[in-house]
Amino acid sequence: MLLEVKGLTKHFAGLVAVMDIDLNVQKGEILGLIGPNGAGKTTIFSVISGFLKPTKGSVFFNGQNITGLSPPKICHLGVTRTFQLVKPLAQLTVLENVMVGVFSKVVNAEEAKKQAMEVLEFTGQLSQKDAKAGSLPQGDRKRLEISRALATQPNLLLLDECMAGLNPHEISEAIELIRKIRKKGVTLIVIEHVMKAIMSISDQIVVINHGEKIMEGTPEQVVNDQEVIKAYLGEDYVKR
Amino acid sequence: MVSGILVGGLYALIALGMTMIFGVMRIVNLAHGEFLMVGMYVCFWLFKWWGIDPYLSLIISIPTLFILGVLLQRFIIQPVIKAQAPGENQILLTAGIGLVLTNLALVLCSPNYYTVLTPYSNATVLVEKISVSLPMLWNFIISFGLTGLLYLFVMKTDVGSSIRAVAQNPDAARLMGINTDRITIITFAIGSALVGAAGSLFMPIYYVFPAIGEIFTLKAFIVVVLGGMGSAIGSLVGGLTLGVVESIGAAYISMGLKDGLGFIIFVLVLIFKPSGLVGKTRF
Amino acid sequence: MSKLIHILRDETKASLLILIIAAIVPLVIRNAYFLHLIILIMLWTVLGASWNLLGGYTGQVSFGHAAFFGMGAYAACLLYVKLGVSLWIGFIAAGIAGALISLPIGAICFRLKGPYFALSVLAFSEVLRLIILHWKSFTEGAVGILLIDPVLSSKTGYYYLILAITVLTMMTVSYVLRKRMGYYFLAIREDEDAAGALGIFSTRYKLVALGISAFFTGITGAFFANYTNYIDPYIVFSIGDVSIAMVLIVVLGGIGTYWGPLIGSVIVVLLSEGFRNIFASASLLIYGALIIIVIMFLPRGIVGNIKARYRK
Repeated sequence: MLLEVKGLTKHFAGLVAVMDIDLNVQKGEILGLIGPNGAGKTTIFSVISGFLKPTKGSVFFNGQNITGLSPPKICHLGVTRTFQLVKPLAQLTVLENVMVGVFSKVVNAEEAKKQAMEVLEFTGQLSQKDAKAGSLPQGDRKRLEISRALATQPNLLLLDECMAGLNPHEISEAIELIRKIRKKGVTLIVIEHVMKAIMSISDQIVVINHGEKIMEGTPEQVVNDQEVIKAYLGEDYVKR
Repeated sequence: MVSGILVGGLYALIALGMTMIFGVMRIVNLAHGEFLMVGMYVCFWLFKWWGIDPYLSLIISIPTLFILGVLLQRFIIQPVIKAQAPGENQILLTAGIGLVLTNLALVLCSPNYYTVLTPYSNATVLVEKISVSLPMLWNFIISFGLTGLLYLFVMKTDVGSSIRAVAQNPDAARLMGINTDRITIITFAIGSALVGAAGSLFMPIYYVFPAIGEIFTLKAFIVVVLGGMGSAIGSLVGGLTLGVVESIGAAYISMGLKDGLGFIIFVLVLIFKPSGLVGKTRF
Repeated sequence: MSKLIHILRDETKASLLILIIAAIVPLVIRNAYFLHLIILIMLWTVLGASWNLLGGYTGQVSFGHAAFFGMGAYAACLLYVKLGVSLWIGFIAAGIAGALISLPIGAICFRLKGPYFALSVLAFSEVLRLIILHWKSFTEGAVGILLIDPVLSSKTGYYYLILAITVLTMMTVSYVLRKRMGYYFLAIREDEDAAGALGIFSTRYKLVALGISAFFTGITGAFFANYTNYIDPYIVFSIGDVSIAMVLIVVLGGIGTYWGPLIGSVIVVLLSEGFRNIFASASLLIYGALIIIVIMFLPRGIVGNIKARYRK
């Protein structure tokens, strides 16, 4: 078990964001995390990656208790997250952005540059390497978010709505990229709203609503579950 | 110690303006002390040329500083905020305004210390066997009164609600049709007017000179951080705390070091409770 | 003209060019006042560049750098006057003093962000000033310290000394920016959350940036003490003349740019010297007005604006 989340609960001054969440992620798996807006999915990511401390519960990574550790520490242990509202290092170029990620494992600048180029080639962004991150269109920013996270050589990658706002062509590319990443041996948890995408790439899916896990299973099981359909899945999908 | 509380009330009034401006506009007005100075000079001149009593001069100093605030905000500060300038540029701007005000005063008036002597400047009153300076007592009462008025204004009027809305979430406020530009102008102006009023109140018990701005900007900032940035009650608590600490310090340690005490408390608060004694973390 | 710009764009070539010109100047021009002006320009360039490392490249704007300037000045002077330590060693001691005091200050103040950080450093600077002012037995308080026999006696000597310090500072900044540390500084400036997610321990790196910045600021304090022969708490810990001046110079020249501090220094030194002859207190007024004008119309500073326009 690569990641174990037990009884995760997070309160914000009287508001319960997530309640008693359990997650189990196997090495090499792609776990899909879905649910309506505001269900608490990003909160779960924030707790796992150290940006928030849970009110109750714990997070175990590789058998080690990482609950409450700082984000950089957790990154060094092998868990890297991306942000739903992308955070490009705007004044830096795409290459420099990725170098920052590489630097978490490499100290020498020349070496970092080399490895950053390799990462960009892997994700298909090499042609943009000298563009200022702040000038990129949204789709490329999302991809940069992934490139940069990959550069830290994570064992577990948390992708937060990396396909939001992408056109169908870009979505297919993103799906391809995620499959490539898994083939490299990286485990993934993916928060996504684009149903077609999440259903096709996930091994397991967890459905969150109002901060609670309402269902867990394979994509087929989830799609046919009454609770889930009731809470969340759109008409189009059910008609299938 | 009693005088500490009374001075504290005045500090609170000064800090109130700064914390209000911060709460709504998220910028720290480094020219705040200079507005106090302007208020004090206005009071001084009104007294010198027309013999107007400092407490009466409130009627003039409050609107004057209000207008000054409106002008500065509308023509200098707002364009910079709209241009999405980074936070430090914004306070650098207010620092620049403060510098200009201080040195204009230096050039126009003189570096001399001026004070206002009224028949009651040295009067005292006996409260429960403690001799209390009358003007300071008045200051405290008026400060409290003004604070109370402000509270009512912010809570009960439409404009006040708009101000609170913008303070909580400017974007949402804008979406609801609130003219945030106008509100920020009004807020800044109120903040300036408050500290201008404090200037009038301060004159009888202190003295004015061009560089006084610096000292009080820093004091106001300490009070604001002490109480919690953006928290009005905080500035009350912070002001009183500072006032008391300083008077105890002056009595038991030394006059010179009492300013330093404020800083020490400031440092301690930063170490142990950065969100202030009252306020919520809103950095 | 564009060939000149091409040379200037290559920082190394441009630096070398400027260095050679600067080194030759005293051999050619003997006018003491002129040399004094260049010395001032270099002094402020060092201060600006040190501040810029923390403020411009790491995004942590401090309004209290006089703390380190003053500490450096006093460290050098007190070591000499009380313990007879050579003023040359005093320079290093000054730098170390600046860096050392920056650690606790940073540890506390970095809990605040943005403008609050800026002002909290200022508060500490005032605390230091008050301590030095009141600890009369140790520091002579308001009386100040007079250096009867400073390190050097000729203007040319001071010229080359400050030139060396300037070169050292600029080279350090340039070096740091090319290494991992520099990239981390920039990342912290751009987005601290993203930096954290990528494994950067922000507070640690902010402290490093502050330490380097304080080190060079301290050394400059020692230089100032030697050059002007006299220091007291009001001068070296001055908010307006030191702390805010450093910020103004960098913002005017271009915050976060390599040449910004130099350009800013040139303009501010020339302006304030020019006005000082006319109107003593007007010079501070001009300062304030300059700050307002720069922020309103030239927020990225001169170099920043040129860069932006040239890119188009």
